[in-house]
Amino acid sequence: MADSHTVASFDQELNALRTKILRMGGIAETNVAAAIQAIVRRDRALAERTISSDARIDVFDGEISDLVTRLLALRQPMALDLRFIVGSLKLATDLERIGDYAKNIAKRSMALGVAVPTQPMHAIPRMGDMVLSMVKDVLDALSNDDADKAVMVRDRDTFLDEMYNSVFRELLTYMMEDPRTITGCTHLLFIAKNLERIGDHATNMAETIYFISRGRRMAIDRPKADTTAEVADPTQAA
Amino acid sequence: MQTAQQLAEPDLSPKISIKNLNFWYGDKHALRNVTMPIYSRQVTAFIGPSGCGKSTLLRILNRMYDLYPGQRAEGDVMLDKLNILDPKLDLNMLRARVGMVFQKPTPFPMSIYDNIAFGVRLYERLPKSEMDGRVEAALKGAALWNEVKDKLQTSGLGLSGGQQQRLCIARTIAVKPEVILMDEPCSALDPISTAKIEELMDELRENFTIVIVTHSMQQAARASKHTAFMYLGELVEFGLTEDIFTRPVDKRTQDYVTGRFG
Repeated sequence: MADSHTVASFDQELNALRTKILRMGGIAETNVAAAIQAIVRRDRALAERTISSDARIDVFDGEISDLVTRLLALRQPMALDLRFIVGSLKLATDLERIGDYAKNIAKRSMALGVAVPTQPMHAIPRMGDMVLSMVKDVLDALSNDDADKAVMVRDRDTFLDEMYNSVFRELLTYMMEDPRTITGCTHLLFIAKNLERIGDHATNMAETIYFISRGRRMAIDRPKADTTAEVADPTQAA
Repeated sequence: MQTAQQLAEPDLSPKISIKNLNFWYGDKHALRNVTMPIYSRQVTAFIGPSGCGKSTLLRILNRMYDLYPGQRAEGDVMLDKLNILDPKLDLNMLRARVGMVFQKPTPFPMSIYDNIAFGVRLYERLPKSEMDGRVEAALKGAALWNEVKDKLQTSGLGLSGGQQQRLCIARTIAVKPEVILMDEPCSALDPISTAKIEELMDELRENFTIVIVTHSMQQAARASKHTAFMYLGELVEFGLTEDIFTRPVDKRTQDYVTGRFG
């Protein structure tokens, strides 16, 4: 938002909102990264820090709701300002969910730490890297008002869905081969699902950012690649 | 300019068509090549900063500028098949078809009844019973009847500001115009009176074509179906009101509606 308002305090409030969203996003991004690290390194202390850090995200979510309500009531925003303010509310909701998934991954990493060791899982960190890059890029798109970057984030979700499908099938295979891995693999399965969901929220954010910037919705030719809901018989999965 | 989408809407027909309209106050070129439709039985709002030409444009629609020397208009302004700019036009006839409500309520210093009957008598000779019916219908149309029906013979000046403005609207609709022009009709009114006038506009829209000039963007947003944003004598953007206020195409429109005009 380049030019400034005639009423300077309106600019200050809009900047405060933008700063809050970006800081909230920064914490969510850090927590996702930390949760993934906690799995890879089986780092219990890191997992615990990640879990307690989620409360800060929730605080931001509440503050953003209050600020948005205030801006709508007192400023009667229009056009780009209106789209940004309403969009902020949606972005905060998505970030709050991303934070919850990161927290859940961190919790499961602690459970994994005591479960029977499973087969080496390379796919989870790879999914984690992909998700993290999506969250990072969507926040960059927001801070730079870059609608094209938002489109690229959305387009990457398909690959994430495909990775999730392959992780799903791989884990089913392990569990069939050795039932003692079921506990660990189930945790990994939920972790993979959480990562896939974080990708979905990053995609929602990309769509919101695009709408804020352009005033119209992103084209909806978005391919869906998560097909695991259709898998009924594990033996058919591979 | 964003008009293609609106023109594609089948139920919209222009009541007034403005084409390549230019206007001068002496040497000052106040309107530049304005082209836009005023759709029949819709509320159209003109917005823009002071001096942008929105009131000038409104005043051309019933030839108010004829009252002053040195002012001239060029272009086409058609009310159905009638050329509003035709120098030979009967202005009384035009102003019966295109009525106007002003910024400040302008009741005549006479009874409520005569305030309305006065205008009607300029155009028609009606027997008393018919005139009574016309006055009642106009007051009902302006949502004022219930408040004044027991005191029709008292002075119009004794009404509150909001009531006076509705009296002026009643006076305007009593002569059965096709178009009602409103030049900041609520700027002197409190919020409740304003809400009543806006509600009234919504009702009047069923029978009249309404054009409103307003400095309140919220009012344009609430009350109109189409909005024209004007700046420095140009029509910058015309479109559905919801588009103008949520996703304007022109940067100048965006700057104006978001309050970034320097």
